[in-house]
Amino acid sequence: MAAGPNKIRLSTNPTDAAIAALQIGDIVYLDGTIYTAREGVYMRVVEDGVDLPIDLPAVSAANFHCSPAATQHEDGSFALGAVTATASFRFSKWIGRWLAKSGAKLIIGKGGMSPEDYRDHFVPNGAIYLTTVGYGTGALLGRGVKQVRELHWKKELGLAQAMWVIEVENFGPFIVECDHKGNSLFERENAKIAANLDAAYAGTKPAVLKRFGETDDRKDEMI
Amino acid sequence: MIAIDLVQSTAEMLMKKAAIEIPDDYLTGLKAAAAAEDGDLSSFVLEAMLENYEAAKEDSRAMCGDTGCPRWYVKMGNEARIDGGPIALEAALRRATATATSTVPLRPNRVHPLWRTDHDNNVGIGAPEIEYGFEPGGDWVDLITVHKGGLFGTDYRMLFPSDGIQGIKRFFLDSLVAFGKRGLACQPAIIGIGLGGSKDACMVLGKRAACLRIVGDRNPDPKIAELEDELKALGNNIGMGAMGFVGKSMVIDCNIEVGYCHTGGMQMSVHAFCLSSRRAVARIYGDGRVEYRTDPDWFTDYQRRETVEWPQAQTKSD
Repeated sequence: MAAGPNKIRLSTNPTDAAIAALQIGDIVYLDGTIYTAREGVYMRVVEDGVDLPIDLPAVSAANFHCSPAATQHEDGSFALGAVTATASFRFSKWIGRWLAKSGAKLIIGKGGMSPEDYRDHFVPNGAIYLTTVGYGTGALLGRGVKQVRELHWKKELGLAQAMWVIEVENFGPFIVECDHKGNSLFERENAKIAANLDAAYAGTKPAVLKRFGETDDRKDEMI
Repeated sequence: MIAIDLVQSTAEMLMKKAAIEIPDDYLTGLKAAAAAEDGDLSSFVLEAMLENYEAAKEDSRAMCGDTGCPRWYVKMGNEARIDGGPIALEAALRRATATATSTVPLRPNRVHPLWRTDHDNNVGIGAPEIEYGFEPGGDWVDLITVHKGGLFGTDYRMLFPSDGIQGIKRFFLDSLVAFGKRGLACQPAIIGIGLGGSKDACMVLGKRAACLRIVGDRNPDPKIAELEDELKALGNNIGMGAMGFVGKSMVIDCNIEVGYCHTGGMQMSVHAFCLSSRRAVARIYGDGRVEYRTDPDWFTDYQRRETVEWPQAQTKSD
């Protein structure tokens, strides 16, 4: 590997200046407190109007799209092994209201979100998107976990959808996928790859039987 | 007679091994891909994954936070007898799945599709799946667990003889490009292809080609083996690598399995295993010996037989 990308330590309650300094493709390691929230939490808070169980963003401005490989023992203590993100594009319908409500500045997940989500929701709320690496470096991320601090809504949502509040140190790696201006690393890479696709497909032919809704424009995003 | 307690304890060990230890064949394949990769972001990702396998092993923690959907493949030698029979066997596998979910720990991924009920133990209706195969002779049972990730990288299409090899290549590329964007398929992976059968059989063949054959293995039909090589090269020539970044590592290996199909059709399925390729195998013998390995060795000549009779099946082995 050559010199490689920039590596940066970042607080889970980052300043606007710290966020503005990050560029797509930078590698980030987090220090502080993160929490998990995905469709279960989003529906409960954004649609059902249930109050947040913790003070956000004071406790943390870092929302991890994640269900940890973890369990709670009968005495209330936790065992947490690996943590990896889940694909974020599925949470598009809630993300705008969630960012406004939670004050999250860092959305951490898998695969990024759409350019429209970045433009309409992330940029106005001063938030950026960090993607996990791999996927996924679950054991490396597990090493960055200092302790599980709280677990909320286990009974209501189950272990996978519950809200885990986790203290972390040198927690990473993550890659900056969307910066504070809404630029997307995946979009940039997709555009480069699209330039070669015709050559990669040379000689192949479309199926004799088409399918409804089929796109043959391989530059199209699938999300 | 194979003791049922031994089945359960072995199954628990397999659950742990699958979650934590990357199989050697895949690791060797990924190292070769990392050495050949020249995209800077893709290279960073592959190096991080290699580091991640080490961390998982050292700390005895799961490789990936999404520990997949545990399932079982059980293959029995014709002479094997399990204490309590198949009902006891299934109970032991369900218990081992539930126990390991909290002891490893694994992510309790399995929920009801509509009510989202989560038993927090990866057990529920139809979960874990348990599939069976049989071999002539042998007083052993092979327990194979596969914890494949669930959501992306799999597709099916009804092709026809007139689509030909070029149509197969087209659908192969379509699947890799569609699911490879943003790295949703968790590539580079072992890609399994099912050809023929019926829709359901084709999906089963492709999944087994991805999960039950190892890197470097080739189909015994030399022309199919050639197509496996060709598809592997084709996938790695897309210009895409890990996480959908510019690169050339999409396919660690391509395995094709075929089944006889309707004369008018040529069903095709594509399955991407993932960067964690979770599989573990143990053979339990009637005398109590247990041998662990990572090669499921599922597709024997017997599994691929195409004749009415199978000579070895006629004679009982001792």
